[in-house]
Amino acid sequence: MDPKQEAIKELLIKMADDQLIIGHRHSEWIGLGPILEEDIALASIAQDKVGQSYTLFQLLHDQFGTADPDTMGFLRAENEYRCCHLVEYPNGEYDFSLIRHFLFDHAEYHRFDMLQASAFEPIRGIARKFKSEIKYHILHADVWVRRLGTGTEESHQRMQAALETAFPLALGIFEPSPYEQVLIEENIFPGEDALRQRWLETIQPILEEASLQMPDPSSIEPAYGGRRGYHTEHLAPLLEEMSWTLRYDPEAERW
Amino acid sequence: MSDFIQSLDPRIVRLQVREDQPFEPKEAGDQWETYEVFHQAKTGARLIHVGSLHAPSPDLALVFAKEQYGRRSTTTDMWVVRTADIFTLHRQDIDMFETAQEKLHREPQGYMEVRKYIEEFKKRQQQEGTSDGSEAGSH
Repeated sequence: MDPKQEAIKELLIKMADDQLIIGHRHSEWIGLGPILEEDIALASIAQDKVGQSYTLFQLLHDQFGTADPDTMGFLRAENEYRCCHLVEYPNGEYDFSLIRHFLFDHAEYHRFDMLQASAFEPIRGIARKFKSEIKYHILHADVWVRRLGTGTEESHQRMQAALETAFPLALGIFEPSPYEQVLIEENIFPGEDALRQRWLETIQPILEEASLQMPDPSSIEPAYGGRRGYHTEHLAPLLEEMSWTLRYDPEAERW
Repeated sequence: MSDFIQSLDPRIVRLQVREDQPFEPKEAGDQWETYEVFHQAKTGARLIHVGSLHAPSPDLALVFAKEQYGRRSTTTDMWVVRTADIFTLHRQDIDMFETAQEKLHREPQGYMEVRKYIEEFKKRQQQEGTSDGSEAGSH
């Protein structure tokens, strides 16, 4: 396969993996969320993420002949996943889940905004549709971050601490791929550096409004490795749990 | 030491909740206030009251309303209003809507009758039109 095709494939797989894993993490809050209304909102966001992941796996299957979405989503070896470490971490308390959701979704929004103009034509319409869903995800995250950042002393401290934990992981979203140059030259995607820049410019003013101190990205070691298949200890047990039903009865016609 | 609750749901097992864990009683009034949700299904249509929800602020009420009342049908607009901001009558005054028998002339039934006459007239005209047509065709 030529480098351009490889580059697109790699880009699609990491996006699909990020969405599948964060979608599953969000879904772990179902029934355990802090209040019914919020439970419904986050569950719905989780459903959007898994749906977006499915769409990308289907696109990969159609364009590049990868396995079907279920096989790609549930039955690959752990080191074949290309998700970043941010999405793998357990939910922890709600503060961490919210900050992760905030940091992740602002990056997603810009990523799909950039892909709307991609030279890889099949991604354009998908990107536009995803963006309208992610607009709600961002709204949900922003309202909470502003509110809890400026709420009580406890809520502020918890959000600040969660931000400091999640920030180096979030920088791992932008781990450069081996194909950055190809993607940029072929006008497929402007690259992780450009995305990271736009992301920082977006989240900084919101964090300021929320009275939260954004860690200085230049003084932080980003959590890289996920894009090359090196994962935290949290991914393997998660995949185990996600695929349990499918592996229990692979011949089942429905489950 | 008691055992942790065992469940088929791995998330519950991970929470390590003791079987005899005591739950503190909830304080009265610790819930968020309620908002009334209005939904518009088509541009220009009236916004219709579809239900209520709990939220700590108007912006979060809108965020919640979108998923609770807007995700299963087409939506062109939504409003939320604090339930406490709605003015209504005292329950004991609701009887003012009861109408006395001698005031039936104020109700619109009479106009409904007119509508019926118009419909009948239209139907008659149409039938006459069709019978003319079939005669013309048979010749």
